[in-house]
Formats: sequence, structure tokens, C-alpha cells
Amino acid sequence: MNFNLSVGLSTYLLVGAMLFCLGLYGVFAKKNIVAVLMSIELMLNAVNLNFVAFNRFLAVSSVVGQVAALFVIVLAAAEVAVGLALVIAIYRTRHTTNTDEFNWLKW
Amino acid sequence: MSTVVFFIFAILAVASAWGVVTSKNIVHSAFFLALTFVGVAALYVLLNADFIAAVQILVYTGAVSIMVVFAVMLTLRGDVRESSEENRKWGWGLFTAGLLFVVIALVILTNTDWRILAGPWTVQNTAASLSRLLLTSYMIPFEASAILLTIALIGAVILAKGVKEDK
Repeated sequence: MNFNLSVGLSTYLLVGAMLFCLGLYGVFAKKNIVAVLMSIELMLNAVNLNFVAFNRFLAVSSVVGQVAALFVIVLAAAEVAVGLALVIAIYRTRHTTNTDEFNWLKW
Repeated sequence: MSTVVFFIFAILAVASAWGVVTSKNIVHSAFFLALTFVGVAALYVLLNADFIAAVQILVYTGAVSIMVVFAVMLTLRGDVRESSEENRKWGWGLFTAGLLFVVIALVILTNTDWRILAGPWTVQNTAASLSRLLLTSYMIPFEASAILLTIALIGAVILAKGVKEDK
């Protein structure tokens, strides 16, 4: 019995792909705009996981991938702050968070 | 040992991500999101990225989840049990996301360069190495992200506070 269950780079990349695709499905499928923002956070986390995994497996003597992950975290924080502020500003005038009703730029 | 830990936290992360996108109750989605962040942070620890794991716990689990919960509380209308429904075109979303996953999985599983195990990790102190890189090679992006954070902070305050029109 010699199971090779060691976790390699592809396993981490598959986990990242699963998180990314779940987030993508959420962005397409959810009605509530806050749920769409949450799904975007999921996708950014998947990207971060890929950065750190590639760093660990392909560049063992530097932390360049972790620097990229840090910048993604900063961008995600800024994105979610502005996004939620926009949600609250829209809610104040339209009293809804349903993406199907965000159509007043359409004619 | 680390294999078992990996699978526990990978399954935790993916299962809670599934909960985020399938839960009909948006408050449950927000808590599942925090759980996903914790799972991914544990994976960072397994990848020798201890500083990133700490930042993930602080920024994502601590700040982003709380901000999402606040936004949910401020904008909730009607019954909370059906606050996060799927729209009419969710089948197309499922098709696109599933297709993308199949393509990515095929690429990952057929690429033999990526079928490698972890070599010895030679960075002694990740926080020190990160700060050295951030203040030398990546100084311009570092300063730019500082400016970005300031602008995002001011913009978020102005957007959320609203502008008085009678002045």
C-alpha cells in the first residue's frame, strides 16, 4: 500500500480554480448586489491563493508572489469599501439592492 | 500530517464558498464568507506564508466580513430568508462557470510542469523579506497603494454620507 497523497502545486491550483469558479457563478447568478460583491471577494481570494502557491512551489528563495498577494489584498479592501458605499448610496435613493432594478442608465 | 490539514481546510474553504453562492439568506452568505477566508488563511500557513495568513485573518475575516454584514444590515428589506435569490439567467452563469472550471482543471491536470511537490523553503523570515521588497523593488506600487487606500477611504465616506443639496 503506497498511496501518494502528498499535496502538490496542482492541488492548490485546483482549489483556487474551484473558489474562482464559485465566485464567478455568484457574480452571474445572484440578485442581491451585496452577494455579488461577496462573490468578487471569493474570486480575489482564489487569485491570492494561486499567487502564494506559485511562490511556494516555483520560487522557494523569494517572496515576490506574497508581495503580489499583499497588493491584491489592499485592492480588495479598497474595492469592497467603495462598493459597499455605492450600495448604500443607491439604496438611499432607490430603496433596493436588486441588480435587476439597477437599470436607470438604460433607455 | 500536513496532507490531512490541507484537505480539512481546502474542503472547508470550498464548501463554505459553495454556501456563499447557494445560500438564500444573505446573512448566512456573509458568515460562510468569513469561514472561507479562515480556510484560505490556513492554506496560506501551509504554504509558508505566515504573514499573508495573518493579514488575511485581520483584513478579510476581521474587516471585510464585518463591513459586508454592516451593509447587509443597512440595506435589508423584506424577508431575510429570501434576501439573496438567484436571478432569471442563473443557468447561464452556472454554464459559464462550469465550463471555465473544466477548462482550468484540464490545463492544470495536463501541465506536467506543475506536478511538483514542495521543495525546501529557504526564506528565513517572511515579514522581514516582504518589508525589504516593499521598500526597495516595489516602492512605487507600495506608495501608489497608500494613495489608493486614502482615495478609497475618502470616496467611501463621501459616497455613503451623501452630499447635501441645499447649500
